[in-house]
Amino acid sequence: MLSRAADSLYWMARYIERAENMARILDVTYRMSLLPTQEGQELQWLPALIIAGAEKPFAARKLQAEAHNVIKFMALDPDNPSSIHSCMRAARENAHAMRAQITTEMWESLNATWLEMRDQDYAKLVASGFRGFFDWVKDRSHTFRGVAYGTMQRDEAFRFVRVGTFLERADSTARILDVKYHVLLPSVTDVGGAVDYYQWAALLRSVSGFRAYRKIYRNVIVPKRVAELLILREDMPRSLLACFTELTDNLAGLRDLYRRDYESTRLALEVHSKLKFGRMEDIFTQGLHEYLTEFIDRNIALGHAIHRDFMK
Amino acid sequence: MTESVAFDEMGGTGADARLPYAQLADWLRNTPPERFEQQRRAADVLFRRLGITFAVYFEGGSTERLIPFDIVPRVLSGGEWKSMEAGLVQRVKALNAFLHDIYHDQDILRAGKVPSDLVLTNPQYQKEMRGIDLPNRVYTHISGIDLVRTTEHQFYVLEDNVRTPSGVSYMLEDREVMMRLFPELFSSHRVRPVGHYPDELLKTLRSVAPKAAGDDPTVVLLTPGSFNSAYFEHVFLAEQMGIELVEGSDLVVQDDVVYMRTSAGLVKIDMIYRRIDDAFLDPKAFRPDSMLGVPGLFGAYRKGNVMLANAVGTGIADDKAVYTFVPDMVRFYLGEEPILENVPTYSLRKPDDYKYVMEHLGELVVKEVHGSGGYGMLVGPKSTKAEIETFREIVKKTPDNYIAQPTLALSTCPTFVEEGVAPRHVDLRPYVLTGENITVVPGGLTRVALRKGSLVVNSSQGGGTKDTWVLED
Repeated sequence: MLSRAADSLYWMARYIERAENMARILDVTYRMSLLPTQEGQELQWLPALIIAGAEKPFAARKLQAEAHNVIKFMALDPDNPSSIHSCMRAARENAHAMRAQITTEMWESLNATWLEMRDQDYAKLVASGFRGFFDWVKDRSHTFRGVAYGTMQRDEAFRFVRVGTFLERADSTARILDVKYHVLLPSVTDVGGAVDYYQWAALLRSVSGFRAYRKIYRNVIVPKRVAELLILREDMPRSLLACFTELTDNLAGLRDLYRRDYESTRLALEVHSKLKFGRMEDIFTQGLHEYLTEFIDRNIALGHAIHRDFMK
Repeated sequence: MTESVAFDEMGGTGADARLPYAQLADWLRNTPPERFEQQRRAADVLFRRLGITFAVYFEGGSTERLIPFDIVPRVLSGGEWKSMEAGLVQRVKALNAFLHDIYHDQDILRAGKVPSDLVLTNPQYQKEMRGIDLPNRVYTHISGIDLVRTTEHQFYVLEDNVRTPSGVSYMLEDREVMMRLFPELFSSHRVRPVGHYPDELLKTLRSVAPKAAGDDPTVVLLTPGSFNSAYFEHVFLAEQMGIELVEGSDLVVQDDVVYMRTSAGLVKIDMIYRRIDDAFLDPKAFRPDSMLGVPGLFGAYRKGNVMLANAVGTGIADDKAVYTFVPDMVRFYLGEEPILENVPTYSLRKPDDYKYVMEHLGELVVKEVHGSGGYGMLVGPKSTKAEIETFREIVKKTPDNYIAQPTLALSTCPTFVEEGVAPRHVDLRPYVLTGENITVVPGGLTRVALRKGSLVVNSSQGGGTKDTWVLED
C-alpha cells in the first residue's frame, strides 16, 4: 500500500484512540475533583494538562486551571491540537484522505462522529453532563474499533490500524498511571488514607479496570497491584503488556508480509520481553514514575522507527 | 422560448403519460407529498453520511456541499436507449479515429474536412503526441457525451467531454440511494442496472495497458488531491475498482519507469487513470510550476512504459470549435451517416455566422470555445439588454473564441420541488468506455435545472441530479 496511506491509517487509529484516552483522563480527573479536599482546583486539574503535554499552550491562555476551563480547553478547543475536538477532526481528515483504504462502515462511523463533535459546544456539554460526554467519546471510539475489527480485511491496512491503536494506547495507559505521581496528596499522612484510596479507585475506573481488580485480587486497592494490573497483566486489554503483545503481533505480521527485517519490530520485541518477564518488585525499586518515563520514551522511539520503516 | 413549448418526457404532448412513464405517473399521483418530503430528507442524510459532497470554490475560500438529488427518476425506454447507444458508440469511434489521425498522418486535414489551422494552432493540440502509437489506437478511454432532447425523437449532442469527464459517481450513488429509498419502484419496473460500471472501467483500463505489463498490470488512479472538486469521485472509483488512489508525490520516475512509494518499497506502475489535466501531468514536459504532477512521467509514457487514460492531447477533440466538425468525422472515418446530431452551431470565426450571431444575440446561447462549467457564456433570452451589450463587446475582441447555438427547448422531467412535483429542464451525460471493446452502461447522469424555467444544469450553478432508468422492453 502507499506509504502515505499507511501513514494516514496509522494516524487515524492513533487519533481516535487519543480522543478516547483524553476523555478517560478528563473523566478520572473529574471524578477525583469531586472528592473532598482542602486543596484548590489547580492541584486537581494541572495533571490532566501535564499528561496531555498541554500545560504550556494552556498557560498561554492565562486561564485558571479549574474544571470549566480545562474541560473546555481539552475537550472542545479547536485551536488546541490535543483536544478531543482536534483529535476527532484529525482522525476524520486522515480517513478522508484514504477513504479507498478503509471500509465504508469505518468511514461512516468516523464521519458521523465528527459531524456530531462539530456541533458540540460547552452549553450542550454541561446540559448532557461531563460524564455523559466522556462516555459518548469512549462509545464512539469503541464503535470505530469494533467496526474496523469487524469489517476490515486482515491485510496490511488492518495491521497499520492496529499498530496505531496500540502504540497510542500504551502511551496513554502509561501516562494515566503516572497521574498519581503528579496528583500530590495534601500531606504525607493522607497516604493510604481515604483520599488516596478513592484516587486509585478513580484511576482504575478510568481504564475500565475496577471490577477486574476486585475479581483478580479480592482485596483492598493498593498502588502496587494497580500498577501490576496496568503494566504486567497480559489479560488486561489496556495494560502495557497487552498493548505490546498486539504491537509485536502486528509488526511481525508486516515483517512476514514484506519479508524484511525492520528496526521497529526489533524495538517492539525488546520492550515486549521486558514487560513479559518483568517483576513488580524491580519496577518499584526503580521507582514507578522513573519506570513509566523510560517506557514512554521507548514508546516514542518505536513510533519514530515505525515511521522510518513504512511511511517514508 | 417558454415553458409550454418544451417537450415533457412524462406527459409528452397528450393528456396521458408516455408509455415508459405509465407506472411512475400513477405512483406520483398516489404517493402523498409528505412521503416525498420525508424520503427527500432521508436521501440528504444518506448522501451526507456517505460523504458525497463536492467542493465549491468562491473568492476567499471553499466549502463542501451536496449536489441536490431529485427523488423522481427519469425514465427512458429500451428502444430510446438502443438508438442513443448506437449513436454514442459511433461518435466515440470517430473521435478516437480523429485523434489518432491528427497525431499521425492528418488525412482529415489534408482532405480539407477540418481546417488545419483550427487543429494545429489550437492550444489543446499537443505536438509532443505526434507519432506516438497507443494500444488499440484509443485516446479517449472514458468519454462523457452530453445529450439534450427537444422532442419525442430528437436528441442532440450538446458537447463531448473527452479529457477527464466527471460525474459518474453520482450516476452510481443516485441509483444506490433510489434503491434504498424506493425499493417498491424497482420491483414494479425492470430497470437495467448500472452498478457494474467500475468493473467495466477497470476492464477497459487493463485492456489498454502496455503489452509488457503482462496479464496483471498495476493500475492506479492519479488525483490532484483532496482539494479538487471531484475528489470524492476519485476516492469512490478507486475504492470500487480496488486500485490505489495516488497523488503526484506518491509516484516517482526512475529510468523512464513509473513507481509508487509503498509501505513495502517501490512498486512499478503500468496504467494510470489520471484525473489531472494535461498541463499539470509532468512539470518537465508541460507546466513547470505544476506541483500536482510527476516529473518524468511524460518521458515514461512516450517510451510506452506506462499508459495514461485518457491519453495526452484529447482536449483538441472536445474543443467547442472542433465540435462542429464531429459529424464530418463520422462520415470521413466510418463512412456512415451520424446517428446523433449536433446542435446547429454558428462558428464566429466564419464571417457569415459572425454577422448572423451579432444580429441575433438576444435569441442565442453564446459560449466560449475553451470554457466549461457554464461560465463565460451568454444565454440571450435570459439576459438583460445591458448584459447582452457587455458580452457583445467581449466577443468582438476575439470572435474566434466563440460559438453560438439557438436556445433549445430542453425537455423537462417531473421533479420534486418546493411547489410539489413540477417539470424541470434536464440533460443527460452517458459514459462511453473504450478499450479493446466499447461499452456504454445503460443510462448516465441526468442533470436537472432545479430553478423554474432555468436551462443551466451545471452543479456549480444550482443544478441537481436524478437517477436515470433505462427499462428492459
